[in-house]
Amino acid sequence: MQETGLQETGLHSSSDSSLNGSDSVMDAPSVPLLEHQGGLMIAVKATLVRDLTLLLRRRGEVLNPLVFFALVITLFPIAISPDPELLATIAPGLLWVAALLAALLSLDSLFRSDYDDGSLEQLLLAPQPLAALSVAKVAVHWLLTGLPLALMAPLLGIMLALPAGSYAVLALSLALGTASLSLIGAIGAALTVGLARGGVLLSLLVLPLYIPVLIFGAGAVQAAILGDGVSAHLAILGALLAASLMLAPWAIAASLRISING
Amino acid sequence: MWAFIHKLGSPKWFYGISAKLQPWFWAAAVLLLVTGSLWGLAFAPADYQQGNSFRIIYVHVPAAFLAQSIFISMAVSGLVFMVWKIKVADMAAAVMAPLGAAMTFVALFSGAVWGVPTWGTWWMWDARLTSMLILLFLYLGVIALRGAFTSRDSASRAASVLAMVGVINIPIIKYSVDWWYTLHQPASFTLTSRPTMPTEMWLPLVIMVLGFYSFFIALTLMRTRSEILRRESSKRWVQDLVNGRVVNAQAEETR
Repeated sequence: MQETGLQETGLHSSSDSSLNGSDSVMDAPSVPLLEHQGGLMIAVKATLVRDLTLLLRRRGEVLNPLVFFALVITLFPIAISPDPELLATIAPGLLWVAALLAALLSLDSLFRSDYDDGSLEQLLLAPQPLAALSVAKVAVHWLLTGLPLALMAPLLGIMLALPAGSYAVLALSLALGTASLSLIGAIGAALTVGLARGGVLLSLLVLPLYIPVLIFGAGAVQAAILGDGVSAHLAILGALLAASLMLAPWAIAASLRISING
Repeated sequence: MWAFIHKLGSPKWFYGISAKLQPWFWAAAVLLLVTGSLWGLAFAPADYQQGNSFRIIYVHVPAAFLAQSIFISMAVSGLVFMVWKIKVADMAAAVMAPLGAAMTFVALFSGAVWGVPTWGTWWMWDARLTSMLILLFLYLGVIALRGAFTSRDSASRAASVLAMVGVINIPIIKYSVDWWYTLHQPASFTLTSRPTMPTEMWLPLVIMVLGFYSFFIALTLMRTRSEILRRESSKRWVQDLVNGRVVNAQAEETR
């Protein structure tokens, strides 16, 4: 009954089954395309849930980048000058650089624990494409690193006397930008996950690739302060995100295969 | 076509053919570099604005050309290695990386030296200098990543992936740095806004660029040959070559 229904309605039901879960898929092994699609969604969802659960149980790891962000921002007024006017001029750059470094700091653990306990190999062995599964892992990384950093940045902006009117742009540019940073950084993390001392190498590999995002992210905040239009900067940040979302997963998957086989 | 690719993929065949090609590129490199530098440094007229200091262009521009071309050829070699598993391509990519980093450094250093008479400072955050500096970091990343792996195969594939990622990013970095420059600083002096060059200044530059390219090809051939010997040292033909039967082996290959 169910099988014939699925075959008759074709496309429509395939999207249905992917949402419904495994039951209908398990019942219809004679339709390989359907099984594959359903399997993909289930696998991505399972990866998302698993990674979220794991990270939420290790709250220290989630909090570390945030604490690092706050600490680095605290260092600058101490080292440079507590003068609010001076701080206001350099605040956009400082906030962006500090957030970028905090995101970088958390990258090393992106695949590390999975590599150590062997679950990364299971991901590679899964019938679903590794690129899709790694996007799920990166999405979790952004949810628990980039997004909190973006939400926290306005608070630190107040401390740096960031001029009013640029707070929303700061949070928005960081939210968009850190997503690209997570995707690009995951390539470096995947390349270095098999190495014993990958941390320093990771920053050497990834930081040059971060520069475009930094330019347009900090540029957006600066444009907001000067009262210029910010839509161009945000649009380019979005374009960078789209491009890295399109290309980075393949590089991440290829790099993970290299690291596992090597 | 396929037969050619398979032949090119064989280190032994490449070792033979490169022995024949190498002298020609060395000769071309020496000839072009000597002609170009003599003409450029001694005979080309001095610039009416910059005087004799403009002659740094004869080193600076070819080095900058080469720095970018080497990264692209490194990425192409990486792609060839990843797609067709041609080992020679990876060997070439491995020996290109240090030369590319050196050329980037030469371009940066000559740019800094040129900056003293023209800009009055060793370093400006000029858009071009900045993107060259980033290119140097990209080179260092590729070299460091290759060195970090214990397994050579993993090192080769990781370096290939990183070179390809880098080559996609180079234009993005270049244009964003250009944008950043125009956003943050008033347009002051750029290297490009020189008045159009007369032929007697421009021709030596072309000769120097060609000379640098010949030098790059010759050096890459030479170093790839050593790399072949090093990596294939367990193969019979290499051992024959090393153990005295040099003449025979080379005659056999080049035939």
